[in-house]
Amino acid sequence: MSDADNNATEEREAFDRDSTSNTLTIAIGLSLVCSILVAGAAIMLKPIQEMNEVRFRQRIILDVAGLLEPGADIEEGLDRIEARVVELETGTYVDSIDANNFDPLAAANEPATSVAIPEELDIGKIRRRAIYAPVYLVSDGDELSQIILPVRGTGLWSTLYGYLALEPDGETVSGLQFYDHAETPGLGDQIEDPAWRAQWVGKKIYGEDGEPRMEVVRGTVAAGNPYVQHQVDGLSGATLTGRGVMNLVRYWTGPHGYGPYLEQYRQAKGT
Amino acid sequence: MSDARKVLIDPLVDNNPVTLQVLGICSALAVTTSLLPSLLMCLALTSVAALASAAISSIRNRIPNNIRIIVHMTIIASLVIVTDQLLRAYAYETSKQLSVFVGLIITNCIVLGRAEAFAMKNGVGMSFLDGLGNGLGYSAILIAVAATRELFGAGTLLGFQILPLTSDGGWYEANGMMLLPPSAFFIIGGLIWAIRTWKKAQVEKPDYQIHEVHRTEIY
Repeated sequence: MSDADNNATEEREAFDRDSTSNTLTIAIGLSLVCSILVAGAAIMLKPIQEMNEVRFRQRIILDVAGLLEPGADIEEGLDRIEARVVELETGTYVDSIDANNFDPLAAANEPATSVAIPEELDIGKIRRRAIYAPVYLVSDGDELSQIILPVRGTGLWSTLYGYLALEPDGETVSGLQFYDHAETPGLGDQIEDPAWRAQWVGKKIYGEDGEPRMEVVRGTVAAGNPYVQHQVDGLSGATLTGRGVMNLVRYWTGPHGYGPYLEQYRQAKGT
Repeated sequence: MSDARKVLIDPLVDNNPVTLQVLGICSALAVTTSLLPSLLMCLALTSVAALASAAISSIRNRIPNNIRIIVHMTIIASLVIVTDQLLRAYAYETSKQLSVFVGLIITNCIVLGRAEAFAMKNGVGMSFLDGLGNGLGYSAILIAVAATRELFGAGTLLGFQILPLTSDGGWYEANGMMLLPPSAFFIIGGLIWAIRTWKKAQVEKPDYQIHEVHRTEIY
């Protein structure tokens, strides 16, 4: 320690740092400085963070649609995706809302733009959903090649946010991907595992009675059982997260979710 | 100058916070499955440790004793939140992988330990170097663990394929256990063993030996 430092220490020795006034001064001063620092950083960085969020979600949509090959042009992929808004209850398109600026999560929090989900139907445990919801239609040339539905629901600890992609027949899964969740690292976050997600591809979401039938089984799917086309393997150590995924897929493809929309879509196609 | 050198270099091997003091193990287990998030974690922890030590040292003579720890925590927590915000803005995807572990730097024993043990008694410059040194000591271990785990668990380093995997037609069979948390324990344990074999001074004496203690007490 230098001499200057020593002198400074000695001078301060006289001053009582444990006095009530000093304690209050330090506590209040420090809180002020720290809150300004934290608030300043949060506000200044917010625009960049939001841009990241949007880009990330666009990438996930492209990824779940299978358009995110290494080296593929993101903008070109986005051009093939048309966003539209659907009124979930009737299943019809609503063209008065700009799909690109529609935020279903914000809408779900506003009483005027959302509905409470009846408890017996709320298998995804999300309590409220917006009246309107976006769908993303992926086209390949002039043909519709995939329908992408945003889905969310409660896992073990957290709400899982993701996208479910369907084939043009409106009932075969072509992809499932989650972009936000806070499940246990190493266990629940296996829902991001590409091998597990690949199991969903080709599965049928509806049973013969037209009800959502997708199931995350315990253990592995028994080969040859009659429900193989609706089943994917369970995640070891993440039974409840897997069940959450199953329930949210059932909810969003069911009568209170995108069910009416998908049904109309299939009727219009004549299948 | 030699003092500063000692403060900076000592925590790298001789007084390493992870292998000698066995602190900061939680994040060392959690984020080391691959190298990139570990590097980011090291950067975050090192800057928080250095800046927190410097900040605490700068007001050390004014901090009342009875709210000392709260003052430390407030400073550390603010720095961690700012760091977390910066990562979310400029390293978005990797910060998603780190999830809660950046936030948990607040409770990292290394940062608080250095604040309490060193920064409260030493000048700003030295405290900064001490925080930096301890952060780098933590980083050295994290990087070693993460490189081992990623290389043998996935055959890659920073995402580049180093060992061709049998699943892609190569010769290396990926060791899946390396990607699970227990492997970090084994690797850190191995490192502690290796360092203590090299630096005998780190080997602790047994806390007590039953027979000897008994007899010396009687005499």
